[in-house]
Amino acid sequence: MSLIEFKNVTKQYKNGVTALYDLNLSIEKGDFVFIIGGSGCGKSTLFKLLYREEKATKGSIILGGINVGKLRNRNVFKLRRRLGIVFQDYRLLPKLTVYENVAFALEAIGEKRSNIRPKVLKSLELVGLKGKVREYPDNLSGGEQQRVAIARAIVNEPKLLICDEPTGNLDPVMSMEIVELLADINKKEGTTVLMVTHDKDIVNKMKKHVIALKDGHLFKDYKKGEYVDEVL
Amino acid sequence: MKFFRVIGRSIRDAFKSVGRNFSLSIASITCVLITLLIVGVSLIIFYNVNETTDKIESDLSMYIFISNDADNFDITSLETQIKGIDNVDPDYVTFKSKAEIKKEMMDGSETFNNIMSEWDEEENPLQNIYIVKVKDSHKLKETAKSIQNLSKVTLVKYGEGVIEQLLAAGDGIQRFSFIVAVLLIIVTVFLIINTIKLTIFSRKREISIMRLVGASNFSIKMPFVFEGMLIGIIGSIIPIASVVYGYYYIYDVLGGKLLTEIVTLVPPREIVFKISLFILLIGAVVGMIGSSSAVKKYLKV
Repeated sequence: MSLIEFKNVTKQYKNGVTALYDLNLSIEKGDFVFIIGGSGCGKSTLFKLLYREEKATKGSIILGGINVGKLRNRNVFKLRRRLGIVFQDYRLLPKLTVYENVAFALEAIGEKRSNIRPKVLKSLELVGLKGKVREYPDNLSGGEQQRVAIARAIVNEPKLLICDEPTGNLDPVMSMEIVELLADINKKEGTTVLMVTHDKDIVNKMKKHVIALKDGHLFKDYKKGEYVDEVL
Repeated sequence: MKFFRVIGRSIRDAFKSVGRNFSLSIASITCVLITLLIVGVSLIIFYNVNETTDKIESDLSMYIFISNDADNFDITSLETQIKGIDNVDPDYVTFKSKAEIKKEMMDGSETFNNIMSEWDEEENPLQNIYIVKVKDSHKLKETAKSIQNLSKVTLVKYGEGVIEQLLAAGDGIQRFSFIVAVLLIIVTVFLIINTIKLTIFSRKREISIMRLVGASNFSIKMPFVFEGMLIGIIGSIIPIASVVYGYYYIYDVLGGKLLTEIVTLVPPREIVFKISLFILLIGAVVGMIGSSSAVKKYLKV
């Protein structure tokens, strides 16, 4: 059974711009998927629909059995708890330490105090930042900050990790490290990973399932290893 | 269990973030402080204005002149009849004989003394009177009319004409000071809500991250609600202290009256507790409402 189902999804913003046209997608559990496409192709909209920052104008999105479009505002948190979300700009709280930033995610969902410490340390270890728990985000490199953000995203053991251009602010070496970390999480924890990127090198190297969007339409759905660099 | 964990964490976070966002907390607290101080002062003025006008109104007396051909029996039965009238306060019906009035007038003036000393008991042209206070001074006129109709009553005097104006002025002042107090409270509410909104605007990021990691709206809101309450309570401490001590001080310095005996001040212990509680309540409730309405804006999708 697939984890994510997009059925005839159309998204039109209030200002009249249509970002997605009649999109059909299906993503399997445990998959690692790149979503690629030029600026304004609807990548980010697709993500926003997934974590219910936006609502689809038409069609339905089923995520792990939840009909995302039908979710009421006050129940959105139930969906978000099953997701880990990583952004290009990290979105860490600068006044909290690395440890506190990760623990914040667990405290916010009312996790038991005794569970917080082991879970936070485990996920920081997974991203290779166990030695920096007391640092503040501003003292870390971009790659390290993104690792903290990833640790925060996976600390609640989500089924799905969605990453919106997580390497957008990083140099190629660091980018590759981050993607390998994500691939590692995908493999070790069985977490389904969805990653938006426009970095062709990464996509070429990783040889994963690739979904290409163009102008709000599904341009092509390359199965694992099928992707060849094309001009979009 | 989880509910209490969220509440507990909210209270802890409220204290933490007041400290962490120190400069903005100070801004909010100062705003609360100043506005509540104004509210406190206006409430004291309002209470005193009310007290004074009430007192003036309740001091209004009616003078009932009794016919000189009335005997003792007539006078006593008249008292019973007067006390039987609805609006008359039966505790304040006092009889004053014409001999007493003569003596008072003679004591009061040399001229009267010269003339009146020649009158003997039989010749005294003055009349016995009843001095009566009423429960509701607004119905003074009607009451005077019904007393006038009783037998052996020659005249009822109550300062007609002047009294109506005085009552109208008193009512006007009361209404005006009430409106001013209410307006001030409304302004306070808006000022506090807006300041807290500004504070929370700077923490949009924190709220959006809480949402992203799956915090329920309730658990996002609670720390802010407690924080608002805390800011309101902290902000009301100084106004309460100033109002209590300031009013005690002013009351002592002025000796409980303002310029003349007519305008007496309300004794502090009668109102400071009420006003303090009210200020604290406004601070806490408005703080809570302010922050919860400010957060709500960021909880919509």
